[in-house]
Amino acid sequence: MLLHRFLEGTAARLPGKVALVCEEGEHTYGELNERAERLAATLARRGVRRGDRVAIFMPNCARAVVAIYAVLKLGAVFAALNPLTRTEKLAHILNDLRAACLITHSSLRAVCDGALARAKTVHTCLVADENHFHAAPAARRDEAIDQDLAAIIYTSGSTGEPKGVMLTHHNMVSAANSVMAYLDYREDDVILCALPLAFSYGLYQVLMGCKVGATVVLERSFAFPKRILEVAAQARATVLPAVPTAFNLLTNLVTLSRYDLGRLRLITNAAAPLSEEQIRRLRAAFPQATFFSMYGQTECKRVTYLPPEQLDVRPLSVGRGMPNQEHWLVDEAGRRLPNGATGELVIRGSHVMRGYWEKPAATAERLKPGPLPGERVLCTGDIFRTDGEGYLYFVARKDDIIKSRGEKVSPREVENVIFRLPGVLEAAVVGVPDAVFGQAVKAFVVLGPGRRYSEREIIGHCGARLESYMVPKYVEFVDGLPKTDNGKIKRQALG
Amino acid sequence: MEAIKPQQEQEAIKAQVRQYIAANFLMGANVAELGDDDSFMGQNVIDSAGVLELIAHLEQTYGIKVDEDEMIPDNLDSLNGVGRYLQRKLNGARAA
Repeated sequence: MLLHRFLEGTAARLPGKVALVCEEGEHTYGELNERAERLAATLARRGVRRGDRVAIFMPNCARAVVAIYAVLKLGAVFAALNPLTRTEKLAHILNDLRAACLITHSSLRAVCDGALARAKTVHTCLVADENHFHAAPAARRDEAIDQDLAAIIYTSGSTGEPKGVMLTHHNMVSAANSVMAYLDYREDDVILCALPLAFSYGLYQVLMGCKVGATVVLERSFAFPKRILEVAAQARATVLPAVPTAFNLLTNLVTLSRYDLGRLRLITNAAAPLSEEQIRRLRAAFPQATFFSMYGQTECKRVTYLPPEQLDVRPLSVGRGMPNQEHWLVDEAGRRLPNGATGELVIRGSHVMRGYWEKPAATAERLKPGPLPGERVLCTGDIFRTDGEGYLYFVARKDDIIKSRGEKVSPREVENVIFRLPGVLEAAVVGVPDAVFGQAVKAFVVLGPGRRYSEREIIGHCGARLESYMVPKYVEFVDGLPKTDNGKIKRQALG
Repeated sequence: MEAIKPQQEQEAIKAQVRQYIAANFLMGANVAELGDDDSFMGQNVIDSAGVLELIAHLEQTYGIKVDEDEMIPDNLDSLNGVGRYLQRKLNGARAA
């Protein structure tokens, strides 16, 4: 199945239903599909062909969604880029993609002008809010098949330059179907999405919303949390997907109870794990909503979810594998490990990426031969442990493991202990060079308003609860932690 | 002591905030193109983490406390907005 059938199917079934609500107003399924057809015809006339890469560089808005579906309808490949991207990185990505076309927004003109001067493959640039696409929808036959690329999603990775994750129509449709098999998005849902479309967690809100015929309220970001609550109350939002930083912003508001969010039935978290304290606050703030803790990576979209009834039993688990996926843990030699062990998580399923765009060496590190001839499985680079029943617990990124006094330290384990102190908003633990121990443990801590701890108090608190080699040697109090565009803590920027 | 003229104070604050935004968020993009009334969000200059950094910066630099009810786009989403907001806050502090 092709990914744009999600929109086309619903446009045929519910043409008058509101698909998107954003700054410019409301847009029905019929209108979105018609606009996507017109833009596809315009792009075709400008010489964009099947397989060409089209960069979509826009803030969250209906035009960005139209652009995504127009590119798919042509059989071309879209790359949605974060609107905070600056000139140099944009130029780098356009060249990396060898993009044929850039679709952007007038607010980003200065950034684009600089980048286009250095991106020679881009033959067409459309400014979506200025160019008008009058081209009549052309009679078109789908040339693409579901083995073709639908999207390239850039991921910052933990180190080095951005890599483009190649995803086929089949990959993305499979991922969306698996997620919807447990999340149960419905036609009467109103999904409030303030996550960027450049981030697969945000992108899939729109894709899945289109599939079921729900209404997606697109906001640009969580920057003004009170605005998000106002919009949520006004739109009678039923689904709120977010990341820990955003949940912190929302649940820290003393005025939270002023807003009528009684319709909210589903809250999901991904990108980074929440602490027990954060989960408790979230559930207290939205008692009527079901909460899903999830884990995934761009390379395969989603991996696990914690069934809500398990939240009280194993709050820190990211759960078990989503439907139509197989996974297991391996040791350093690649041998499968039994339940109860700790090792790298390996994923098998039709949602696993085709590799990193034009980076065969990086691809070979992550995609390894699977059980069937020709098959590839994804080595996530993430270390997990399982309990006796196979529920997964995140331990660390393979690269983030600290080696202190010859022992392996999981930053997450230390952070979890620090989070037990009241008033700790954020914590990140990294290894810093140490003449004696190789690496010493250092904690960066963000405290809530009015909270004060000394370095000794934090170290003492950890010392009472952790093996001595895990206890931080240094503690630094900071106003905030450096994060990627997707809200993940940039550990390599600490230290 | 002669009071600082409000207009001058607001312009001075705006220049300082512009410098801060240029150094921390624009990173080489053309700072001259950021108009006094341009939305930081609308111009894709600042994201949600950026707003928090801006708030922390204002609190430290000007010795104010940004209240929850003040964390709205009117106060924090443009140079003019920040200028007006800070002046109100500082005047309030001086009057108190």
